[in-house]
Amino acid sequence: MTDSIRRHPLLSGFIVLILLFIVLSSFPIVPETKQAVVVRFGKPVRILNRYEAGRPIGAPGAGISWRVPFAEQVVWIDKRVLDVDMQRQQVLSTDQRRLEVDAFARYRIVDPLLMYIRARSEAQLKEQLRPILGSEVRNELGKVSFAALLTPERQGIMQDVRTSLNRIAGQYGVEIIDVRIKRTDLPDGTPLQSAYDRMRTARQQEARSIRAQGGKQAAIIQAQADADAAQTYAASFGKDADFYDFYRAMQSYRSTFVGDTNKPVAGTTVVLSPQNDYLREFTGRSR
Amino acid sequence: MSILIGWGDRVRGLFANSKGPWGSGDGGGDEPPGDDGNAGPWGEPRRGRKGAINPAGNVSSLDDWLRRSRMRFGGDGGLPGRPSRSLIMWAIIAIACLWLIGTTFHSVSPGQRGVVSRFGRYSYTLGPGVSLTLPSPIDRVTKIDVENIRSVELGAGDSDDLMLTGDQNLLDIAYSVRWNIRTPELYLFQLAEPDDTISEVANSAMRAVISQVSLNDAMGDRRADIETQVTENMQRILDGYRSGIQIQGIAIKQADPPAEVNDAFKEVTAAQQDAQTYINNANAYSLQLRQKAQGEATAFDKVYEQYRLAPEVTRRRMYYETMEQVLSKVDKTIIEAPGVTPYLPLPQVQKSQSQERAQ
Repeated sequence: MTDSIRRHPLLSGFIVLILLFIVLSSFPIVPETKQAVVVRFGKPVRILNRYEAGRPIGAPGAGISWRVPFAEQVVWIDKRVLDVDMQRQQVLSTDQRRLEVDAFARYRIVDPLLMYIRARSEAQLKEQLRPILGSEVRNELGKVSFAALLTPERQGIMQDVRTSLNRIAGQYGVEIIDVRIKRTDLPDGTPLQSAYDRMRTARQQEARSIRAQGGKQAAIIQAQADADAAQTYAASFGKDADFYDFYRAMQSYRSTFVGDTNKPVAGTTVVLSPQNDYLREFTGRSR
Repeated sequence: MSILIGWGDRVRGLFANSKGPWGSGDGGGDEPPGDDGNAGPWGEPRRGRKGAINPAGNVSSLDDWLRRSRMRFGGDGGLPGRPSRSLIMWAIIAIACLWLIGTTFHSVSPGQRGVVSRFGRYSYTLGPGVSLTLPSPIDRVTKIDVENIRSVELGAGDSDDLMLTGDQNLLDIAYSVRWNIRTPELYLFQLAEPDDTISEVANSAMRAVISQVSLNDAMGDRRADIETQVTENMQRILDGYRSGIQIQGIAIKQADPPAEVNDAFKEVTAAQQDAQTYINNANAYSLQLRQKAQGEATAFDKVYEQYRLAPEVTRRRMYYETMEQVLSKVDKTIIEAPGVTPYLPLPQVQKSQSQERAQ
């Protein structure tokens, strides 16, 4: 035996290689992220590492497996949570308002065999799920009003979408984990412009109201100050109205005819009669 | 046997073609070994790649090997390269040892965890430090950074990316999500596209929260509240996927009205400033007026106190003082007789006034 190996090293190396290849391909390694359908001459016979809800990672399933070389083939199918994006589309709410909606769904292939039979490959599965998701979202959102789309209710709506989507996806061996609206936008053009206009006018209204309120407060503050000043004056001057009259007249004369350094007054000509009280003493103490 | 010879011919042709580059690559300046080769030492570097494919042959001593096989096929029956065998064995053993050491010892740095999968199946997770596992084809270790907090920037500066608020206004928002990996094995095995998932979930959660608050709240003081809510929502969704991801937080960096209506919003700010200006002016007026009133009232009180002590005299004194001041500053005309109409030189008066003013 060893002698023949020694004599034909090339041939024996080749044989070893082929044997190694056969052995290795008979024991496929199933990673945690994959499940697999073993197909014997086109007929699915076994499922490796099938997803089961609640089973912890590291539980039996993944790991080394086996297959009959040449006769059986392993079709790998993702075991992880996958996602499908809906194409953005317009939804018409019950109150006839348009809204652009983006949604995505997260799903997991729970029955690889069914998925393999119905959709053949993951890419095809995604292509088939996408329009279904789109139409389900449109149907469900079309049942509610525009305002409801923006309220907590929309979680409930998405639950409905998920349920109905799940019913269809189940035919492909797929479980829908979650459907979510990614974005809800007003469509470009008139709806968006009118929204902008509304925002703008609302702001202008707010600005005016703020200015008016400021004016109101200022007026109140001034009036209060006037009132307080009047009170202060009255409390003080009210003690002797007659003297106040005299005192204030003196002040008034001074500021009218003399002014002060900051505010000089124009020259005045006064025509006095000798009977004037100020000139009483002019005539001597005859009276 | 004819097949074998045919195959041998093909291999010969193959080696003849590639002789040049291999010879120069391995031999350096040396000539190809002329006598029966102990070309062992040069064989070692090649062994790592070619060993598994061609376990019997010494690749580097190709010429040698070629000649031998040629001799054999020619029916000459030469002696195989016996001395090189033990060297090859040693080389194989050395490489195996190196490989064993390299794939058995794993150094996991403090921020990392090593996820060990045995034949593809998750086995256990290594903590920081140096650990031992089974060698490579059996155990594979994927090191995952768990402490490092990653950050995703979302919605920044994209004018197309407006969010609808609860009062049906539009909001231009930019925020970042900080996250790290909580459970490395879940992160590794559960989600197909973790990064995409995080941004999509963030977007969805943010929109869900924003659609329930008013525009002013979103732009104003409820930001912190929104951040907390989004963080909680995201965590709940990601936990639903069993993603092993921990959301550390959301930071709203910018929440503005869309550029198209920004002017109107600035107008509001301007209005607020204006209103504040009005109020400030009123307050200043108020303060001034009160002080003035108090000052005048106090002055009156003081004078009145003195006046009460001697009313008549004080009154006369004040009168004369005032009249003195007044009349000393003005032009005076005293007319004695009644019925005389004086001629007032008004033009002259006005001229002198204008002269005074000019000075």
